[in-house]
Amino acid sequence: MERIPILQMGQFLLVTIQVDMHDRLALALQDDLTNRIVKTQAQGVLIDISALEIVDSFIGRILGNIATMSRILDADTVVVGMQPAVAITLVELGLSLTGVRTAINVEQGMALLRSPFGASPEERDTHAQT
Amino acid sequence: MLKHEVVEARSSADVLVVRQQARAWAVEMGFSLVEQTKIVTAASELARNMVDYGLGGTVELEAIENGSRKGLRLTFTDQGPGISDLDLAMTDGYTTGNGLGLGLSGTKRLMHEFEITSQVGQGTRVMITRWR
Repeated sequence: MERIPILQMGQFLLVTIQVDMHDRLALALQDDLTNRIVKTQAQGVLIDISALEIVDSFIGRILGNIATMSRILDADTVVVGMQPAVAITLVELGLSLTGVRTAINVEQGMALLRSPFGASPEERDTHAQT
Repeated sequence: MLKHEVVEARSSADVLVVRQQARAWAVEMGFSLVEQTKIVTAASELARNMVDYGLGGTVELEAIENGSRKGLRLTFTDQGPGISDLDLAMTDGYTTGNGLGLGLSGTKRLMHEFEITSQVGQGTRVMITRWR
């Protein structure tokens, strides 16, 4: 079966989605990424969706699942490169991608993953209090 | 009706074909990129619904006219189990499967017209239109 390649770069895993994914391919990516996080003890996952022409509720759910699963496995996920038309459509569809961290491009995404704990300012405040 | 085409949707791979055809039609009819994206996303949601819940079905694409306005109409027809409570099915977040329950309600927001008819044991038909 066709698979989306996962590249390892140091402590990070990189995925560039370059094909229009059917549902089973998206589910396979979710499984593969989870396994690779454990195997490589990766600290972060960067998913580049700049080539994706749509994100519908299914793909949105997969992105959310990947972010949640990686968080449970102690890795951060950043989704980068969403096209403006995709973002507009996603919001009207009613998807907010809660829990999925995003960045404008690969460079910004990598910077986010490299920042302390990869945490957002609010999360860092919470850590500081506890 | 200016032009029409019917695409079969029986598997998750067919959903890709529906997306590609919806895109090709939207491009040919001169819809903007954002409009194309909305149409393709709506088509993807409804085609998947048919495959996952309606045992597969057909998608009819039509270029239609209303005075000087041109529109793209997509009609999704399946002979699946049907939907017993349409109001409930149209509610954001309601799902009988493991999805997010945004397929129908979200699709309605992406299009100008949305019409759904369903009969238990007979099947479901969803007709969506976007005008230029």
